[in-house]
Amino acid sequence: MSEALVYWLQQVLNALQLGSIYALIALGYTLVYGILTMINFAHGDVFMVGAFFCFLSAVYLGLPFVPTLLLTILGTALLGVLIERLAYKPLRHAPRVSAVITALGVGLFLENFTLALAPYPKNVPALLDNVTWDLGGVSLSSLQVIIIFLSLGLMLVLDHVVHRTPVGMAMRAISWDRTFVPLMGVPVNTIISVTFAIGAGLAGAAGTMYALAYPVIDPYMGIMVGWKAFISAVVGGIGNIRGAMIGAFLLGGVEIMVTAFFPSTYRDFVAFTLLLLLILVRPYGILGQPRTQKV
Amino acid sequence: MSRPLRRRWDWLLEQRWLLPGLLVAGLALSFAIPEYGLLNRYVQMVLMYVGINIILAVSLNLVNGFMGEFSLAHAGFMAVGAYTAALLTMRVLPVAEFPALFPVAVLAGGLAAALLGLVVAVPSFKVRGDYLAIITLAFLMIVKSVIENIDAVGGPRGIPGIGKLTTLPWVFFWAVAVVWLVRNFVYSRYGRGVLAVREDEIASELMSVHTRRVKFLAFTLSSFGAGVAGALFAHLLQFISPRVFDVIKTTDILIMVYLGGIASIGGSILGATLYTVLLEILRPSTVAALLSWLPAVVFDPLNEHFIRHLGVWRMVIMPLALVLVMLYWPRGIMGLREYRGFIPRLDREAHRRGDPQGGRRDGAAHRD
Repeated sequence: MSEALVYWLQQVLNALQLGSIYALIALGYTLVYGILTMINFAHGDVFMVGAFFCFLSAVYLGLPFVPTLLLTILGTALLGVLIERLAYKPLRHAPRVSAVITALGVGLFLENFTLALAPYPKNVPALLDNVTWDLGGVSLSSLQVIIIFLSLGLMLVLDHVVHRTPVGMAMRAISWDRTFVPLMGVPVNTIISVTFAIGAGLAGAAGTMYALAYPVIDPYMGIMVGWKAFISAVVGGIGNIRGAMIGAFLLGGVEIMVTAFFPSTYRDFVAFTLLLLLILVRPYGILGQPRTQKV
Repeated sequence: MSRPLRRRWDWLLEQRWLLPGLLVAGLALSFAIPEYGLLNRYVQMVLMYVGINIILAVSLNLVNGFMGEFSLAHAGFMAVGAYTAALLTMRVLPVAEFPALFPVAVLAGGLAAALLGLVVAVPSFKVRGDYLAIITLAFLMIVKSVIENIDAVGGPRGIPGIGKLTTLPWVFFWAVAVVWLVRNFVYSRYGRGVLAVREDEIASELMSVHTRRVKFLAFTLSSFGAGVAGALFAHLLQFISPRVFDVIKTTDILIMVYLGGIASIGGSILGATLYTVLLEILRPSTVAALLSWLPAVVFDPLNEHFIRHLGVWRMVIMPLALVLVMLYWPRGIMGLREYRGFIPRLDREAHRRGDPQGGRRDGAAHRD
């Protein structure tokens, strides 16, 4: 293969890896927004807590990869439900900004609580034997394969759950109309809790994979990754599940390509400028539908 | 509060002389405190931060509270003001010989930020709500990223060694000036336009509110305030870098605004003061100093097990307190109310008569 093509393929692989992590987090934002029209600003920090759960399970319990992943998903899912029940549910009928500010507060709480317990960045041990294959110059690690395929698998499962199961149907119904759907016998509170559990669980999975791919973790790592994932959700059209996936891979691709061809300090600048332009051209995201406004 | 006390309080708030009296007293104190060393340097520093945070909260409230948008760009405007003013005092203006030139630098910082505010106002014509929030976030990130990539202003290293020009009287002056500007804007014709845009943009356009001009003015004034605060902040901290003005800084200001209550100038002043003072009071050294009158038998174990650890835990206590406040007062402490001294007399009288045409608050409840 020519050298340029090898370089490109390598970058595409990196973009897929970064994009799949963004996508898993972006799905949590978009699910919650779809149902509650609320931006859950604490979500990036749930991702961070997921990375720390992975660290705890790997170091203190000494568990291998699969149980660690499952434990992390379970832990963050519980955390998500807990946050929803304690902090967001009482505010469901309050002005929307109150819930947003509460979410910011919960995020700060998670960051600083973790910081109080873990003042220094932690090193996550390698849970997998990382094998690197050489495919005609393109190097492909087993970790990359696992991250990409596991994320794609989780996304397919989620897509199936939302579009093909009764729970998913209830979720879509609530996002359609929250006033009358309860009258049809849909248990709104349970469904909202399930949504938070799914979103937080996906963030936990993302946290585990992120911790394996970039092993130094600290309490503030969730802020930037969280905002980027949120942007992916918006680019795809917030509230739209397939849109979030497309947006995440797009953002991952743009970021990797910018770092590949420009100084890496330009990454945020280019990524956010593109976002700005996209929102100005398509204010409702790639797959989003404009909401009609009645006067 | 007991009833006679409550009546006294109401009577006090009703007085016409209260606001001018407070202003004169405040001005006198702001000169007297550093001159005669009435308070120690640390308390003076906290007071200056309170003043700067009041400017930030009141100006952000204009866009986030009165206009009902969710702007996350305030730290970005602050950065522009801080960098403009710091570069001016360090490289252009001979501040060492003429300290009176400092307000020129602060004003320039405010104007530079206001100019950028104009740019951010343009997307708000087309996009509203959550999507405008994203645009302001992107704007903040872009400002930060641009500063990081310009080596002439220190890039990611920032600017060290800025002259300590911010003094208590100047902070007092600018805080009063910004509050006065915002208050007069809010109760002007355009300010009522801002409220109309918040309630219903299309309807207010049909009622001949010039929505674009209103948005231009609101964004410009709001970012001007942030620029002024940034300039004062840079000359108080004496060091700025792009990292100082990140999303966390914006979050801080948002918390002050929503803690105090949206669409309330008095609320923003209260929120900024409470937030700043509480964070300082929770410092281990402050708590230790405040409790040092306790006998050693009580103080020593308390210090050993509790106070010494506050350094990390105060940042945990603060967001927890914020969440609790939001759960019990979802609209913030002032919750759409306003300090009476800020409301024009005619508005208040119309409100007392229950005249729906004159009172600003009538029908102004948030439609969410």
